[in-house]
Amino acid sequence: MQETSVHSVTLNRELCKGCINCIKRCPTEAIRVRDGKAAIISERCVDCGECIRICPHHAKRAVSDPLDVLKQYKYKIALPPPSLYAQFNNLDEPDVVLAGLLRLGFDNVFEVSRAAELVSEATRRFLQTSDMPRPIISSACPAVTRLICVRFPQLMDHILPLIAPIELAARLAKDEAVKKTGLPREQIGCIFLTPCPAKVSAIRSPMGSKHSDVDAAVAVKDVYPPLLSAMKQVGQVEYLSLSGRIGLGWGESGGEAAALMTTERYLAADGIENVIRVLSDLEDEKYHDLDFVELNACSGGCVGGVLQVENPYIAKAKMKHLRRTMPVSRNHLTDDAAEQVAWDDELNYNPVLELGGTRAERFERYAKMEQITAMLPGLDCGSCGAPTCAALAEDVVRGQADVNDCTVLMRRRMEAVLRALGRDE
Amino acid sequence: MADDAIRLHYTVPGDDFTRAGEASADLKSRLKKLGLPPTAIRKVSIALYEGEINLAIHAHGGDIDVEITDDEVRMTLSDDGPGIPDISLAMSEGWSTAPDEVRSLGFGAGMGLPNMKKYSDEFDIQSAVGVGTTVKMAVRTT
Ligand SMILES: Nc1ncnc2c1ncn2[C@@H]1O[C@H](COP(=O)(O)OP(=O)(O)O)[C@@H](O)[C@H]1O
Ligand code: SF4
Ligand SMILES: [Mg+2]
Repeated sequence: MQETSVHSVTLNRELCKGCINCIKRCPTEAIRVRDGKAAIISERCVDCGECIRICPHHAKRAVSDPLDVLKQYKYKIALPPPSLYAQFNNLDEPDVVLAGLLRLGFDNVFEVSRAAELVSEATRRFLQTSDMPRPIISSACPAVTRLICVRFPQLMDHILPLIAPIELAARLAKDEAVKKTGLPREQIGCIFLTPCPAKVSAIRSPMGSKHSDVDAAVAVKDVYPPLLSAMKQVGQVEYLSLSGRIGLGWGESGGEAAALMTTERYLAADGIENVIRVLSDLEDEKYHDLDFVELNACSGGCVGGVLQVENPYIAKAKMKHLRRTMPVSRNHLTDDAAEQVAWDDELNYNPVLELGGTRAERFERYAKMEQITAMLPGLDCGSCGAPTCAALAEDVVRGQADVNDCTVLMRRRMEAVLRALGRDE
Repeated sequence: MADDAIRLHYTVPGDDFTRAGEASADLKSRLKKLGLPPTAIRKVSIALYEGEINLAIHAHGGDIDVEITDDEVRMTLSDDGPGIPDISLAMSEGWSTAPDEVRSLGFGAGMGLPNMKKYSDEFDIQSAVGVGTTVKMAVRTT
């Protein structure tokens, strides 16, 4: 596993005006404005995409691959997530989307929703056999998993140790392609059509698995325009989709949990603020009698991903329409696949929010932090570049900022000096 | 070394359930910054949350004093509410005098005091009817 995490969320310095919108919004206080530009503290970033949503100048963006990444592979497989189907108007079946992808130059498609049905089955088995502490928390949204590792390390031993559907889809698709084409694995490219930067980062630095079989990630918003025209050229529609209702359900909040079917003792929360509230309450053991907790960083679930095209609520309505005539589930776990679903790596906790040093040093830093906080005006105005006065105090103690970065304090000092000078005259 | 102790004070308003929980949440984030052991933090925040709720629903509010030293977190919850006539009854699991409107909010399961005792390493409760109640809890952090 890599030491430093690789992030998809990045800043375009040219566009950044150094305003305080993003520093205020970040759930892990991972952004500061330094020298007039936003700077992301890499170890704290969970790639939730909130800063991309809030930035009025479009200076924050998610780095993903361009569509012509396809050219790098001999055999190209598209991995469309279930939420992709909900981006189009007047769609009755997923088949035309898949046909469109083939027209775009992909040699094959493997729907992530198929793998999702397998992960649902594996989760059901896991709940029956595992003695892990309850409730089990879903690991499908990588922004949530990272958030737990950064802000709620006490809950790390509740995270479902199964790979996400996208990862399983890539493994199965590659195995299938090797058999079918006889090509070496490296010449087969699994290209995910991503709804969010969190998935891009999870591919680059996987959590729970040593490596990822996904080779590239193209943003839904980037593939959308060419895909739409390709779909218009599709004539006779073949039956290409192999997913059921359960698989498609994963595209929105509540779908993964509802698919467990063996328990009603679950909770599903979506949107980063709600997720944080639930995690905080879980930490304090405020909910009893829960078997499973599904958490999605985006409002509405993956249909609300920051790289999607459609409004998430309209996407949900479209999803309902698509699912109406589908069979419940069309993919079933073989022992072979069951083995591939388990994690082969551990999560690691990086105590980035602690003050650092030995216990005595941490106590000392804490005391200093309190002293500084008491000096600051308590306006949380953000002018210093930190999200709150307390965050500035913490940065000062960490040696990453100066108390004089506080513009209010500086002005007060200036006024005092001017007053003193006035009296001297 | 009591001189190096970190001291915190919280006031819990009476009968405002939306605010009960603020003290334990604030303390939790401070203990995390201090990098204390996760299990200790969990014990402190569960025990203190129950205490806060009791101050709000049974005592019309009260005060919380916290002292964080090298090896423990000490919490003193005091109020000048109605007091508890029979402490051993109050300490028993499931016993509650919480009114119906409080129960309908999901409180009043009668597990608060038993949990406070369970999750703290030291626990003491003193109460006098018409005078008030003081609960002292300590959680070791070593
Ligand atoms: N601070 C307090 N002041 C007065 N009565 C209290 C106080 N704390 C607890 N009690 C009494 O003890 C009982 C049991 O408390 P607890 O175990 O927390 O259960 P619950 O709060 O669910 O009723 C309460 O119903 C109440 O009668
Ligand atoms: S909810 Fe879905 S789209 Fe949003 S960050 Fe998580 S995985 Fe990505
Ligand atoms: Mg109680």
